[in-house]
Amino acid sequence: MNDTIQTVNSLNLTGLSCPMPIVKVSKAIKEVKPGEIIDALTSDPGALTDFPAWARTSGNEIIKTETEGENTRFFIKRN
Amino acid sequence: MDTQEKLKELEKEINALKDTFVKFEKNAAENKLAMVVFSGDLDKALAAFIIATGAIAMGMEVVLFFTFWGVPLLRKKQSPATNKDMFGKMFGAMLPKGASKSKLSKMDMGGMGTGMMKHLMKKKNVASLEEMIDLAAELEVKIYICEMSMDLMGFSRSEMIDYPDLGFAGVAKFLEEAGTSKTQMFI
Repeated sequence: MNDTIQTVNSLNLTGLSCPMPIVKVSKAIKEVKPGEIIDALTSDPGALTDFPAWARTSGNEIIKTETEGENTRFFIKRN
Repeated sequence: MDTQEKLKELEKEINALKDTFVKFEKNAAENKLAMVVFSGDLDKALAAFIIATGAIAMGMEVVLFFTFWGVPLLRKKQSPATNKDMFGKMFGAMLPKGASKSKLSKMDMGGMGTGMMKHLMKKKNVASLEEMIDLAAELEVKIYICEMSMDLMGFSRSEMIDYPDLGFAGVAKFLEEAGTSKTQMFI
C-alpha cells in the first residue's frame, strides 16, 4: 500500500463515525509491538483533529498523514 | 557535633518531604472519568456513551453512575413480573423499557422525530444506543445504578440488563470514584 512505510496492520475505518475510529485504532495499536506501525484509513472529517489528540493522549505517534481523495490515511507508530 | 546536628535536621526534613509526597500520591487524580447519567433522553445518553467509549480509547478508566431518569435506560426489554405497588406499576408502565425505547430530548414529535433520527443514524452509520451499550460492555466501562432511584421507581435488580460490570451503589461510591478521577461529568 505504501512504498516507504512498512506497516504491520492496515485498518479500513471508512464509513465509521465518532467514536468508532478511535475505539478501533486504540484496540489495534495494543495488538502490535512497540515500534511497529499500523495504518488506518478514515472518512470521518473529525478524525483529522481526533487522531492527533488520541495519539498525544495515549502516547503513540502519528508519523505520517496522507490524503486519499476524501479519505485520510494515518500512519501510527506504537510507542 | 555540628555536622551531626545538621545531619539530624536534614533527616527530619527528608522525612517531612516523604510524608508530603505520600499524601500527594494518595490524593493524585487517576486517569479516570466519572460520569453521572441523570437523563434518560436518547440524545443525551448517546453523548454519554460516546464520551465513555472514547475515553477508554484514550486510555482512561471509565465509571458511569445511572440515577433518576437514566435508570430506565438500563431496564430489560421484557422485565420479569414482580410484586409492585401501585406507584411501582405506574413508573414501570410510563418509563421507557430500556435503551431502545428512549426518546429524543427535543423534536420527538410524538415519536416521529425519534424515528427519523434513528433512521438517519443508521443511514450515516452512527451506532445506536443499544450498540453503544454493548460496546461499553466490551470495553469494560463500569456501570453503577443508583439504589435509591431504583427503589423510588419500584424497580428491582432483576429488571436491569445483564451487563458484565454492573454494580448497585449510592452517592458515596460516586463521590469516592469522582474524587479520584481526573474528569467528572454530569449528563
